[in-house]
Amino acid sequence: MRAIANINSIKEGGLRRYLSDKNQIGYNFAYLNESIKREIRRKILKAIAIPGHQVPYSSPEIPIARGWGTGGLQVTLAIVGPQDVLKVIDQGCDDSVNAVNLRRFISMTTGCETTTHTREATLIQTRHRVPDTPLQEGQILVFQVPIPEPLREVEPKEELTCRMHAEGDYGLMWVKLYEEIVRWGRVTVGARYPVLVNGRYIMDPSPIPRWDVPKLNQSPALLLFGAGREKRIYAIPPHTEVDPLAFEDMPFCVENQAGKACRLCGSRESFLDEIPDEDAFASRWVCSDTDYCFERRSNSSAVRSPVLVKRKELCKPD
Amino acid sequence: MKSTAAPILEVQELSKFFGPGCPQCIEATGPEQGNNVCDTCSTVVACHGVSFQLYEGEVLGIVGESGSGKSSLLKCMHLDEVPTFGSMYHREVGMGRMDLFQCSDQQKRAIRNKLLGIVYQSPHLGLRMELSAGANVAEPLLLQSLRPRFSPIRARIVELFSQVELPVSRLDEPVRYFSGGMQQRVQIARALAPSPSLLLLDEPTSGLDVSVQASVLDLIKRIQWDTGLPIVVVSHDLAAVRLLSQRILVMRHGRVVESGLTDQVFADPHHPYTQQLVASALS
Amino acid sequence: MKIKKKILLVRNLKKTFTMHLLASLKVEALNGLSFELEEGDFGVLVGPSGVGKSTVLQCIFRTYKPTSGEILYLTREGQWVDLARCEERNVLELRREEISYVTQFLHCPPRVPAEFVVAAPCVLQGRPLDQAVWEAREMLRRLRVPEKLWKAYPMTFSGGERQRVNLARAFISKPKLLLMDEPTASLDAKAIESVVEVLEDMKKGNTTVLAVFHDKGPIEPLVTRVVPLVPKSPGEKSHEGLCPARSYGQGVWR
Repeated sequence: MRAIANINSIKEGGLRRYLSDKNQIGYNFAYLNESIKREIRRKILKAIAIPGHQVPYSSPEIPIARGWGTGGLQVTLAIVGPQDVLKVIDQGCDDSVNAVNLRRFISMTTGCETTTHTREATLIQTRHRVPDTPLQEGQILVFQVPIPEPLREVEPKEELTCRMHAEGDYGLMWVKLYEEIVRWGRVTVGARYPVLVNGRYIMDPSPIPRWDVPKLNQSPALLLFGAGREKRIYAIPPHTEVDPLAFEDMPFCVENQAGKACRLCGSRESFLDEIPDEDAFASRWVCSDTDYCFERRSNSSAVRSPVLVKRKELCKPD
Repeated sequence: MKSTAAPILEVQELSKFFGPGCPQCIEATGPEQGNNVCDTCSTVVACHGVSFQLYEGEVLGIVGESGSGKSSLLKCMHLDEVPTFGSMYHREVGMGRMDLFQCSDQQKRAIRNKLLGIVYQSPHLGLRMELSAGANVAEPLLLQSLRPRFSPIRARIVELFSQVELPVSRLDEPVRYFSGGMQQRVQIARALAPSPSLLLLDEPTSGLDVSVQASVLDLIKRIQWDTGLPIVVVSHDLAAVRLLSQRILVMRHGRVVESGLTDQVFADPHHPYTQQLVASALS
Repeated sequence: MKIKKKILLVRNLKKTFTMHLLASLKVEALNGLSFELEEGDFGVLVGPSGVGKSTVLQCIFRTYKPTSGEILYLTREGQWVDLARCEERNVLELRREEISYVTQFLHCPPRVPAEFVVAAPCVLQGRPLDQAVWEAREMLRRLRVPEKLWKAYPMTFSGGERQRVNLARAFISKPKLLLMDEPTASLDAKAIESVVEVLEDMKKGNTTVLAVFHDKGPIEPLVTRVVPLVPKSPGEKSHEGLCPARSYGQGVWR
């Protein structure tokens, strides 16, 4: 959260454009009024202080329907400043309709700069993916979360899940993993894989693929999660232990992409999307993270290989 | 004599009231008054002044009819409910000097999972019907450590299944497809899974067919024989209690009216209610 | 001559039943009985039917709680215990280790094989299961229970077979004090012979016996002490100074 220090130090265009347009457009900086922003910031601070714990918040009305990213957007609007460089992605892609609309809305109401390059961004809002380009200290990643409660499938009642979190009573979650192994031979949860944060709370990392879960562990960036429809905020401060739930003798594994590479850039180290090719009756694989693919293709010297994860076991192929 | 060992469990002056309570509650209720409800403040005195000790290898029976307070007593003993007065001490918690009723919720949960096993009257209370039988038995084991290991837990539940004489081939079937007697056996296996040091049975054979009752009672007796586990059995079935327990408490309207050796209480009952109970038994 | 020590002292034993269901009717079963037993004695309680012989045994075993009086028993460890008053846990321990009681009827769990029923007291005393079962089979053989019945359920046996299982269960724990209430009532002559053989062995092992026998003939040679019980004479109101059922009997039963 960067304060406006001196109007002269603001980048050209940005705030001045906003301030000059303000009278015509007629809204507050970042759309939300200051008291709402203050409430959300306080909740964010509380969430950071208790990693993985879900903090209820007001989830005010914004011109986006519930279920379309209101939580992520509210968090972003609460913390964005005129000096931020914003990136918005939807399943790794900057160009999807929703990502484009969100980016436009935020920049219109704040005048901040936007980018598609992960390395240049200070604030990244994402839906269901963590960028394959490694994050750095000082960056903030805001996740859009549909269902914040990791225990919802095993316990439908909110009252009971609250108590389970309060008492650290996660037996049902382990029972669910046990049942999966008994039934399918391995845990088949693909997205929303439950993780244990800081050894205390079980958290839903939003529907990111298993591929992205190891990136949350000891991340140098600040990770914020907003669920607008459910009205919950939670957070993982930088350099926190994030452990996917797994039996000690059946370790966590990521998607097996053996033999597949990105059609455009040849990468085998990033998460790949499957694109059906109707003419060839086959599937093509393309990097899900468009910026990563672009960087690789431009052969920029700044391209580094993704962070080597300590325990990146591959699941056995089906 | 060996009987100088300390008791495994000691309950002192346990009382459970449902309602605001008033100074007249205790005198206004009980077997002499013939009811549980205080007429001054409508408080239900579920049980009052229950004290007993339980030693290694012993089975204690608690007998009474509906409204006697035996179920409330058992719920308090299982730390599911907080009693109004009273204390309970377990030899393995705080060297027998910590009152279990004063513990925090988390401590109670840890004690419940590790030291106490319970079999409820209805399998629906003690089991999760949508899960497989194996998952039900595994649940207490999965709570034992922060990072459980799959294979040892699986091996243990297979062992428990055979101990309660259930076919291992049905281990992964949803437990709602089991018959009533088999569901009780799953409950017993689940109660035994964490190797508890006390087993609580709440009407373990009610609602079961006679032949199934016999086999479940057999099983309980065999387990007690093999493991020497102290057991508390609550039942209104006098024959079952006589078979299983060495000492019994007879409860009526929330008070213990008589206690003693099982055969002595049945052969030589002293309290009028006990005499009535024994005379009414069909067997 | 070996000086035998006394191991059971019954002093002024009284037992009154109060039947609350019959308007608190009081029934006096025992009215001040006193007698003694020495180690190795084979005592029989005699008297007319209904005088309270079974009551005496049940009071010693604590199936009945005596109303007043003392029942002093010398344990194997040399301690004197008042069975009428001692704690329930002590009674349970004595029943497990030292005192056995045989009635006319067998009470056992419904679906347990006969050899396990008989082995159970040994296991409770701490012996390993296979050894206990072996000893159980030996005892059943001595009492002439056919081998094919060893794995069957006793509740399906005939009266005589059940009774032999009952006796086997009492004998096998090698008790210090053996109480028996008409144990041979349902047995034929041959079976009674085998029971007498086992009783002779137990006597050599210093087991003290106190029993009620309907048919005195077969056990006559074993008896060393007689405890006659005499009912209160009709017409007397107070129990003081009457002929309460008591005796200091000696000599062979006639």
